[in-house]
Amino acid sequence: MSRPTDRLPRLLALVPYLLARPGIPIEEAAADFGVSPAQLRKDLELLWMCGLPGYGPGDLIDLSFEGDTVTVTFDAGMRRPLRLTAAEATALLVALRALADTPGVTDTAAVQRALAKVEAAVGQAQPAGVVVGLSVRDSEATARVREAARDALAHGRALHIRYYTASRDEITDRTVDPMRLLLVEGRSYLEAWCRSAEGVRLFRLDRVDDVRVLDEPAAPPPGAEPTDVSEGLFRPAPGQRTAQLVLAPDVRWVAEYYPVEEATELPGGRLRIRMRYADSSWMVRLLLGLGGEVVVEEPAELAEQVHAQAVEALRRADHLAAR
Amino acid sequence: MSTARAERLVNLVLCLLSTRQYLTAERIRSIVPGYADAPSDDAFFRMFERDKAELRDLGIPLETGRNSVFDPVEGYRIARRDYELGEIDLEPDEAAAVALAVRLWESPELTGAAHGALLKLRAAGVDVDQTAPAAVEPKVRTPEPAFGPLLAAVQRGRVVTFDYRRPSPAELRTRTVEPWGVVSWQGRWYLVGHDRDRRGTRCFRLSRIVGEVRAASQDGAVQRPRDVDLLEIVTRTGDEPPPPARARLWVADGRAQGLRRRARVVSRQAMAGEPGDVVEIELRYPDSAASWIAGFGPDVLVLEPDVLAKMVRERLLGAVTAAERLGRPAPADGPADDRGGEAP
Repeated sequence: MSRPTDRLPRLLALVPYLLARPGIPIEEAAADFGVSPAQLRKDLELLWMCGLPGYGPGDLIDLSFEGDTVTVTFDAGMRRPLRLTAAEATALLVALRALADTPGVTDTAAVQRALAKVEAAVGQAQPAGVVVGLSVRDSEATARVREAARDALAHGRALHIRYYTASRDEITDRTVDPMRLLLVEGRSYLEAWCRSAEGVRLFRLDRVDDVRVLDEPAAPPPGAEPTDVSEGLFRPAPGQRTAQLVLAPDVRWVAEYYPVEEATELPGGRLRIRMRYADSSWMVRLLLGLGGEVVVEEPAELAEQVHAQAVEALRRADHLAAR
Repeated sequence: MSTARAERLVNLVLCLLSTRQYLTAERIRSIVPGYADAPSDDAFFRMFERDKAELRDLGIPLETGRNSVFDPVEGYRIARRDYELGEIDLEPDEAAAVALAVRLWESPELTGAAHGALLKLRAAGVDVDQTAPAAVEPKVRTPEPAFGPLLAAVQRGRVVTFDYRRPSPAELRTRTVEPWGVVSWQGRWYLVGHDRDRRGTRCFRLSRIVGEVRAASQDGAVQRPRDVDLLEIVTRTGDEPPPPARARLWVADGRAQGLRRRARVVSRQAMAGEPGDVVEIELRYPDSAASWIAGFGPDVLVLEPDVLAKMVRERLLGAVTAAERLGRPAPADGPADDRGGEAP
């Protein structure tokens, strides 16, 4: 987690950090800085060699160790941390403002107070140039689902949900053990251990058709890890296939809407993409809807399925018209 | 960074913080441990230049000046009031808000900066527990390659040019923009600024920027108008949704669950021997509704309105033509393989 270039900022922050926490266990300090206790001890040994000009016994930073704890006894004038850089202030203040402006995510009053205090300490009231709007436009039904999920999380209860799985066009009843609510890319999700799938799943709240808080306690198994969303919600997995498609200009939105592995510009504003998909029935539905604006180059059986479904649909529509 | 260099830099900071006088490079060389190791004047100055750059990169306010007009060269010091973070004390619920804010970013540009801020707040004595769970975890990603260069341009006040593709009418052209800010709204990033060619305020989706973002001015050339509300500019461009229109569809038994969950069954009806339901549904956007319905293939038929039936038919015909242009495919054998995972 820690890169070599992180060392100087850490060294400069360590003395004030320890000053504020006399007798702190080294392990706890190491965890706060995201380094191993061994690395933290190396940092402390280095600081012990630093101090004020003269560099005699009374000029050097002095630390006293007792058991596995440490206390600063002379700080050599390094009493406060360095002020935040513009980038640090921006990252923190933009995130706080986003939380403050979004009701329903967290206690906005506490965020407002934190924001005012951080702004005052940082001395930067106008972080330039980045704004995050988090609010989602949920229907009433989705808002009810969210309330139930929040209730279940707060009281540690399991949930019964009726859920629409878009990839398989299937509605299933499940019992889940809620872990957290996530707000990612403008949508709300419930992350939960799904007892029927025996795995951690993200459930889009607007696809939950029915929800009931159960009396039984939520019990996600100890190995249930939160989903890493840093690379997006749809991640490569075994069993997925890849389609190669050519999109006409009118349907280039596909490449913006779904994660795409490769995109190559073609003449006439067309775009060749390679796109992973978990379920071919889902892909066939997408492609049928795109009609003549997409060409399926690979795999051949996908093109065949789309063709067969379209022919069959037209046959049935003709039957309707002939009646 | 080597231990020797880290030690030298910490000593340099402590030395410059403790002095009111400006210290010349020569003086620093004689005082601060580590510089005496430099084998020549040249080696020392290279070392010292690198160290100054490192301190400035970290945001340490290195002042230069002379103690008197008779001093032949400039010296250095660090003003404590500019160096030190102001006093801050957070209540537990405020610290929890800060923790959630730090966790918001899933972004190479912003995650590291947020952690840097957290480190300094902790060093200021604030206790922030990053493991305490929150009711809702918002996460914001910045996957577009244009994000980093645009953020830098906004913060440095630089005019930018880039190639931008508009989907309809489809066009690719170079834009020159005075950037005011980058805005995330409903999971998408936008650039807001003054479009020099169109002479007006414009929003650009970052995902539609093609290729490199190039700087087209010096730093500080862009003046963002005062009191401009960037988020408002992005959100007001969304049109009001059109009123819903009712459609009647036939749906095969047990099929098209995604459509059924939004529809109301009004009667039973068989179609070419296939049992099914007649349903009513409210649809707002005819184009996307037609694509959605066409996606269900033979499982859904449009009974009315005719215009919707025609739009669906167009898509199906298009799909047949597109497939046949590639060479007439053999009919698919067997049902669709269904071993996919669960895409959220």
